[in-house]
Amino acid sequence: MATPAPHDEQARFDAVIAADEKIEPRDWMPEKYRRNLVRQISQHAHSEVVGQLPEGNWITRAPSLRRKAILLAKVQDEAGHGLYLYSAAETLGTSREEMLDDLLEGRAKYASIFNYPTLSWADVGAIGWLVDGAAIVNQISLCRTSYGPYARAMVRICKEESFHQRQGYEIMQTLAQGSPEQQAMAQDALDRWWWPTLMMFGPHDADSAHTQQSMQWKIKRQSNDELRQKFVDQTVEQAARIGLTIPDPELRWNEARGHYDFGEIDWDEFQRVLGGNGPCNRSRMRDRRRAHEDGAWVREAMLAHAEKHNRRAAGAAA
Amino acid sequence: MSQRHLPLWEVFVRSRRGLDHKHIGSLHAADAEQALLAARDTYTRRQEGVSIWVVKSSDIHASQFEDEGAFFDPAEDKVYRHPTFYDVPEDLKL
Ligand SMILES: [Fe+2]
Ligand SMILES: [Fe+2]
Repeated sequence: MATPAPHDEQARFDAVIAADEKIEPRDWMPEKYRRNLVRQISQHAHSEVVGQLPEGNWITRAPSLRRKAILLAKVQDEAGHGLYLYSAAETLGTSREEMLDDLLEGRAKYASIFNYPTLSWADVGAIGWLVDGAAIVNQISLCRTSYGPYARAMVRICKEESFHQRQGYEIMQTLAQGSPEQQAMAQDALDRWWWPTLMMFGPHDADSAHTQQSMQWKIKRQSNDELRQKFVDQTVEQAARIGLTIPDPELRWNEARGHYDFGEIDWDEFQRVLGGNGPCNRSRMRDRRRAHEDGAWVREAMLAHAEKHNRRAAGAAA
Repeated sequence: MSQRHLPLWEVFVRSRRGLDHKHIGSLHAADAEQALLAARDTYTRRQEGVSIWVVKSSDIHASQFEDEGAFFDPAEDKVYRHPTFYDVPEDLKL
């Protein structure tokens, strides 16, 4: 009996995808699938890492010890998320150093949302509530992505994210129930973060360069517009509950669609920030580079320490 | 930028007594001691573990995907290794 063509790697790959099973690191995969994943996962990792900066800005000025401990823990989680994702990308044959170089030398992208400034304490609340909220919508969907290590990283990340969103919402709720100045602060933060948050989901499906292929490969499981709609639908009620107004005059419930209609995103602004000319693009990169360079001596010292011990151990054995 | 790179380690965590260590992820560290500390900070921030193993990734040997068929073949036609293979009275607890 003839064995069923075991060498037809493409067919095997297609069958795994069709069966909703996971592709694992040592499996054969189309080169474009691999490159697409490296791009998406490393961008995702960079976003977690750069995303520490806007919130890190407020750690020393958090209004209470409780808030400070929470914010520290949240920012530390984001560093961990970056690490899970870099590790997932490394299983595809790229190295940590290559990815870091791409980021620090400006070749790689990260989520544009982190190029906006955190002007007041309320912004820390708005980021947790909205930005982490949007990230969760996207990441829950990615738990079903076709690449095993990416899916597993997403599951771990999603478990950690829900506290991020809840602590942010709690900050907004506290401010919204506070003095008129505090209420104004909360509303101002929502006004500034709402539209950039909607942009996090990327261009409309029709204009998205990678969506179609990514959906075919099941790297992405839901489209940009679907995910954005989901986020809007769940957030409207959350804003109303604490008496804040979403800054969109066109926002209204559409009975026929069973979803909220909402206004058009300013795509010029989206392109501008993506192109490197948002309010903080340059300072984010400067800070990230400085952090990397300032940490160099620690990495060197750890290696030197390990080498010395290895030499001693070898000497003792000889 | 640094020319020397920190080696890669695989991390295994026992989530509580009575369970096996399970692979949970990887990280870069100069030596085993640093790898254990980094693994603690990265993978057990919420008491996810009571014990951690770290193993240098380069010390792990894996079966090859290309020979998957042939490699696991010997188990394929030995259905008598499963309890359902046997015809015994259905009403007996056996
Ligand atoms: Fe995160
Ligand atoms: Fe987060």
